Amino acid sequence: MSTPLLEVKNLKKFFDTPRGKLHAVDGVSFKIEKGQTLGVVGESGCGKSTLGRTIIHLLESTEGQIIFNGEDITHINKKKRHYINENMQIVFQDPCSSLNPRRTVEETVQEPLLISKRLKSKASLQAETERLMDLVGVDRRLRLAYPHELDGGRRQRVGIARALSLSPQFIVCDEPVSALDVSIQAQVLNLLQDLQKTQGLTYMFVTHDLSVVRHISDNICVMYLGQLVETSPSKELFVSPLHPYTKALLSAIPSTDIYAKRERITLKGEITSPIDPKPGCRFAARCPYVCDKCNEPQRLEELLPNHFVSCCRAREINDL
Amino acid sequence: MLETETNKNAFLSVRGLTVEYTSDGEIIQAVNDVSFDLYKGKTFGLVGETGAGKTTIAKSIIRILPQPPARVVSGEICLDGQDLLTLEEEKMCKIRGKKISMIFQDPMTALNPIMCVGKQITEAIRKHEKLGRRQATQKAKEMLETVGISGERYHEFPHQFSGGMKQRVVIAMALACNPDLILADEPTTALDVTIQAQVLDMINDLKNKYSTSMIMITHDLGVVAEVCDYVAVVYAGRIVEMGTKEQIFTDPRHPYTVGLFCSLPDINSDTERLCAIEGLPPDPSNLPKGCAFNPRCPYVTEACSGGHEGYIPFVDLGDGHMCRCTNLEKIERGDNLEHAAVRG
Amino acid sequence: MRHKELTVETRIKKEGQLTQVMHRLRKNKLAMAGLYIILILIIVAILSPFIAPYDYTKMDMSLKYAKPSLKHIFGCDDLGRDIFSRLMYGSRASLSLGIIATLVSTFIGIIIGSVAGYYGGKIDNVIMRLLDVIQAIPGMLLSIAISAALGSGFINTIIALAIGGVPMTVRLLRGSIMTIRNQEYIEAAEKINATKLRIISRHILPNSIAPLIVSVTMGIGNTILMAASLSYIGLGIQPPTPEWGAMLSAGKPVIEKYPHLCIFPGLCIMVVVLAFNMLGDGLRDALDPKLKN
Repeated sequence: MSTPLLEVKNLKKFFDTPRGKLHAVDGVSFKIEKGQTLGVVGESGCGKSTLGRTIIHLLESTEGQIIFNGEDITHINKKKRHYINENMQIVFQDPCSSLNPRRTVEETVQEPLLISKRLKSKASLQAETERLMDLVGVDRRLRLAYPHELDGGRRQRVGIARALSLSPQFIVCDEPVSALDVSIQAQVLNLLQDLQKTQGLTYMFVTHDLSVVRHISDNICVMYLGQLVETSPSKELFVSPLHPYTKALLSAIPSTDIYAKRERITLKGEITSPIDPKPGCRFAARCPYVCDKCNEPQRLEELLPNHFVSCCRAREINDL
Repeated sequence: MLETETNKNAFLSVRGLTVEYTSDGEIIQAVNDVSFDLYKGKTFGLVGETGAGKTTIAKSIIRILPQPPARVVSGEICLDGQDLLTLEEEKMCKIRGKKISMIFQDPMTALNPIMCVGKQITEAIRKHEKLGRRQATQKAKEMLETVGISGERYHEFPHQFSGGMKQRVVIAMALACNPDLILADEPTTALDVTIQAQVLDMINDLKNKYSTSMIMITHDLGVVAEVCDYVAVVYAGRIVEMGTKEQIFTDPRHPYTVGLFCSLPDINSDTERLCAIEGLPPDPSNLPKGCAFNPRCPYVTEACSGGHEGYIPFVDLGDGHMCRCTNLEKIERGDNLEHAAVRG
Repeated sequence: MRHKELTVETRIKKEGQLTQVMHRLRKNKLAMAGLYIILILIIVAILSPFIAPYDYTKMDMSLKYAKPSLKHIFGCDDLGRDIFSRLMYGSRASLSLGIIATLVSTFIGIIIGSVAGYYGGKIDNVIMRLLDVIQAIPGMLLSIAISAALGSGFINTIIALAIGGVPMTVRLLRGSIMTIRNQEYIEAAEKINATKLRIISRHILPNSIAPLIVSVTMGIGNTILMAASLSYIGLGIQPPTPEWGAMLSAGKPVIEKYPHLCIFPGLCIMVVVLAFNMLGDGLRDALDPKLKN
């Protein structure tokens, strides 16, 4: 296997709050191979968005290591930051707030090119803008439209065009389809898949929607309160989830198959606070299999090939 | 076929409901000739995309549409033999909360942030039932217990509850006076999946316990599958297909319904590529003639513009399965899903 | 609400933001009335040496306290000077004081406010506490103190009036910047290597300036009132240069016998403040990009 495009080792991001340290991301490690998609799933507040933002340096990590293309980019200077920004981009969730309401589509798509000073002449700038708009399927006549004149799907496409304009290798997609209607959602997902093929992109796809993540990812990480609880190839995760949380999460999805009677694992209680959490499994308070050993810190273990679980009773529960 | 007169046997019977909005001198058809029946103890799902008019339908039933800009042009809404649209406001006030109550999408805006949750439920009870303060408080605590919140949290404020808990409080408030009809407007959209599962389970339990009728508004077909008995698919203010849950989920006939199912990534199987519905929902101030879906429809023919009447009538597919489409012969039974998959 | 495709299709040339704002403003009758009053006053101020019927210094003791008449439509003051002419000349001082002082304070406010709002943290804290100190002193008192310390005169009066207005501008701008700073498009701008100056000038200010424009418009009216008050108590613009506040003040001792000395300057101040407020109100609606044309 070649070197992965991105490797994250024991990444931590803490926030200081008046009530204590908020462990948004707490010791996360994973690798993404070039041209693949890593899905990161979890419920709101599990730190999945923070993870994405920390990797691409929109937030600075507290601890840990980020290796991009074999190069350590955990701590960077200004020059390095330019390099990273040109190679790692982000597509945001909210198509309303991710575009400047006072700039036209053209201005938004063009801005990265203008700043990078890659294209000298006005004509080539114009040509590149049009190429990008064609690429993401935004009609050229909408060049001068303002974001509020566009629908959600088109706005999201403009956001994707902006992210693509510097031809990055890696894109963090932070819930890019959550705010869209089903029919539009499918269009945008297809677009992202097409772009991955034609542009050779690598994605980290952050979402709470499990059916979307299964559809688009090669590998999946399941996060709970800042920690990885399970990571596996995506098909396998849905066939044989090993962690109790993943099991509950999968069984909670309302299925459109009305005849499939599935055993639903309903979790008790709600997500606990990520502020100064106790050592040990963070899911313990809601877990149906809780035992004394759960109070000790848990480690990710490879129970099946490429399938890692962080649960002390995983073997026992799954008869492995 | 739906009769033009209201159905006396149904608990709630809506006929020919048409609602318009006026915005900047333009008239927007939000709801167009919507008719359906809801029987006691059953749940009716309204599915559709943003702006399809689902919420407007619910708001017209409970009569909380802001008028103007909205205007109910025509139609009848009959609850238990009583026409709600011609009722005086005073009497409607008594029905709201007591007979019909509504659960909104965002629990944050539905609760008063500076009043403890118990008090808010107590107030709702005292408004409609002649109970003393103490009895009402007792009942409010019982309601909290019913939705799975400890009665000891009576004196806590909304900000002390998490999103799922707040939605439970809202549901407790809606159930406080044992209403006969609950209008639930995307009650779980703002919640996480595991919490959504809890709330849906709870809604199902409560429905069985009190045999309440319910209208469930959602864009999530999975939620419909979980709780609804009957389903209507709404597109651009019109019901395009309607039937029992089984009919719609196993044998969707309208191209839009088929498209919706195909757009969903399936959790249980692999699809290389989703077959998205092309194009965008229409501009509501300038709807296409006839079937509003025709610009996006793969089967479109000339008949789709509706001829002189300008609209497509319902076709009865048997057993109450209705569909507004002129090309049903072309879209062979059972063949439609595969066909759509090939197209993608 | 769904978008309107038509507006986009028909817009072939890029309309400037200003054109769009003017288009919306034109629909608001009150705001347009305010705008016209202000424009007329500015023209009068500029042309006053040519259109004033009399010289503002020309005294005629025979006309002392003359009542309004056809010859002197607003009457004459204690030295027999034509009030109408003096009001026309006075609009120069009043308007220029109001506009310039407000612009100066806004300019300073934008710089300080952007820094405080964008950087936040310690810098913000220090700036805000300093401004708290300024704001703890009543605005009028502050202007009087500065004016008294610096002495009277046009420039000094502007300084005295401008300083009092800075904290309000800073607070307003800082507030709106802080909400905009958390928008995702600011993060996106950071991600495409935009410099801080570019982020502030292209992304933050254009989106946070709307409430400021409104407050500036209304602030001008307020500053004119303050300038008038300063002159009223003998600071600010000095005689014989006519200024509305000073004229009001001069009429005060005889207000019972000759009310016209006070009524007309007072009316002028009122009309101009009202005009600016009406325009400000209209601008607030017109500047919202989400409202339809």
